[in-house]
Amino acid sequence: MAGSLPPADGVLASGIRPSPEFLARRRLKDRIMRGLLFAAASLSVLVTLAIVYVLASESLAFFRHVGLVAFLTDTQWTPLFAEPHYGILPLLAGTVTISAIALSVAIPAGTVLALYLSEYADSRLREVVKPLLEMLAGVPTVVFGYFALLFVTPLLRRLFPDLPGFNMLSPGLVMGVMILPYIVSLSEDAMRAVPDALREGAYALGYTRLQTAVRVVLPAALSGVTAAYLLGMARAVGETMVVAIAAGQNPNFTFNPLEGAATITTYIVQVSLGDVAYGTIAYQSIFAAALTLFLLTLAFNVLGFFLRRRFREVY
Amino acid sequence: MSETGLPTTDGRRLIAAARRRDLLFAGIGLAVLFVATAVLLALVLDLVLTGAPHIDLDFLTSYPSRRASRAGILPAWVGSALVMLVTAALAIPFGIAAGLYLEEYAPRNRVTDVIEINITNLAGVPSIIYGLLALGVFVYGFRLGETILVAGMVLALLVLPVIVVATREALRSIPREVREAAFALGADKWQTVSMYLLPAARPGILTGIIVALARAIGETAPLVTIGALTFIAFLPPPPITAQPPFVSFEWLGSPFTVLPIQMFNWISRPQAAFHELAAAAGVVLLVMTLAMNGLAIYIRYRARRLLG
Repeated sequence: MAGSLPPADGVLASGIRPSPEFLARRRLKDRIMRGLLFAAASLSVLVTLAIVYVLASESLAFFRHVGLVAFLTDTQWTPLFAEPHYGILPLLAGTVTISAIALSVAIPAGTVLALYLSEYADSRLREVVKPLLEMLAGVPTVVFGYFALLFVTPLLRRLFPDLPGFNMLSPGLVMGVMILPYIVSLSEDAMRAVPDALREGAYALGYTRLQTAVRVVLPAALSGVTAAYLLGMARAVGETMVVAIAAGQNPNFTFNPLEGAATITTYIVQVSLGDVAYGTIAYQSIFAAALTLFLLTLAFNVLGFFLRRRFREVY
Repeated sequence: MSETGLPTTDGRRLIAAARRRDLLFAGIGLAVLFVATAVLLALVLDLVLTGAPHIDLDFLTSYPSRRASRAGILPAWVGSALVMLVTAALAIPFGIAAGLYLEEYAPRNRVTDVIEINITNLAGVPSIIYGLLALGVFVYGFRLGETILVAGMVLALLVLPVIVVATREALRSIPREVREAAFALGADKWQTVSMYLLPAARPGILTGIIVALARAIGETAPLVTIGALTFIAFLPPPPITAQPPFVSFEWLGSPFTVLPIQMFNWISRPQAAFHELAAAAGVVLLVMTLAMNGLAIYIRYRARRLLG
């Protein structure tokens, strides 16, 4: 029967038609599964809503006691003192300083490594390096914290004898190594997405590999590379354990990396480790701090998302 | 000599300089690679040299103690194992289901867009925020307390995006012909998915699950915020009992500690003896996470070779 029409719904090649009950049962099962899968996918939206709800409602309670202006301009953060101050600036200063150190390590090193892997390295080296980077990314953050406090800080103390045991430099540097794999892998993906025709054109004009990498590949991959930086930033400001272990827990309004300081995340850890009762201002203050953090990372993530979407559309 | 088409002396100098810079950059690239590897090596060596001498049977079977020489990680690794059980039981089915829906079922519309952007975003939310979600909703909202169940739930939410993304990528790499062939044989959507696509996507999904669990087992911050006790001198009730029905879920409601929390606790003490114990716990943790990640890389490598 070559050339005949395909069989109608449910008719087997033998010409035997499955019973209507079978088909109805099958259709029902298909619908139920589709519904269940949709429910699972929607769970993620529920999680986001729950996060926003929890942060917003507790922060709202917090801001009923503390003015928004005081929160944003007071230079002291002492919620557990007898005379409490609730200025987020010291925590932000710590967060920004440590993140800046981390990024000043991870962004140059990550960009160079990504360019090297995508434009210079042969596939055999890449096959070795990529798993190595994944291993690095898989190391638990608490282990990095141990490394910062008990290996890097003593090492740095030989350079700076006055360096306190808790300082921002050491966790900053270690965090830089920690986020390096993310920046390398995302930037390299963006660079490899650049069409080979562009490279071949550059080589035909007599460009060296370096000139091709810097003048052709990097600009073409720029939005993807920038997205990688933004995700790195989001990771740096949200990182908790390395900072909580190695930077100390004293809110300190300073940008000096040789001093110790608390960050937004360490404050949350510090309060969680103590006995803070549900419903007190101290309890609510960790949600206000977390809301600040959430908005920061959200801004980085959303910007990164749109940049990545753009670089996908170009080719 | 330029009329012959060959470079002039000036041109030669420029080319030579460009070549030197090219080689210089190759050198810098290798140097960065070398430094990154050296840091990873230093981290592992420092941890192993300090910690490994403390790891023996006593260390694995003892409770934490105020005396460093008698302290062990029994409740920590039992806690980690039980928490992982809850995390796996929740994250695996939900993650695969969400990935399946988005890749195979989802119509191209606004709802799908929202879900997709949302999952990308969730992957970027700092882990400690998940901890506060758990504190506000699970611990105080649902009154579940600071238990193994809550810890497993929060870690499941945290690693869910990893499994979703891995599932989607694995499904995307299956040629469209497989789906068309299944439909041509009269299979409906669910039959196609369950009989052909899921088996074909298994290596990719498995890789995602292992990476996700490796991340969950090393995660500390969200468990600190739900108040995971750091001094636990007892074990949760066993999941298997002598009396019928032989399984008990009492352990879900038990307080707990996990390996990374125990390690954090020991690092936070001033005495060097506890730091050495922290290193020992770190070695155990590192071996587990690196082994899991290595396994995931191996599975992916083998699957890629099989596909040619």
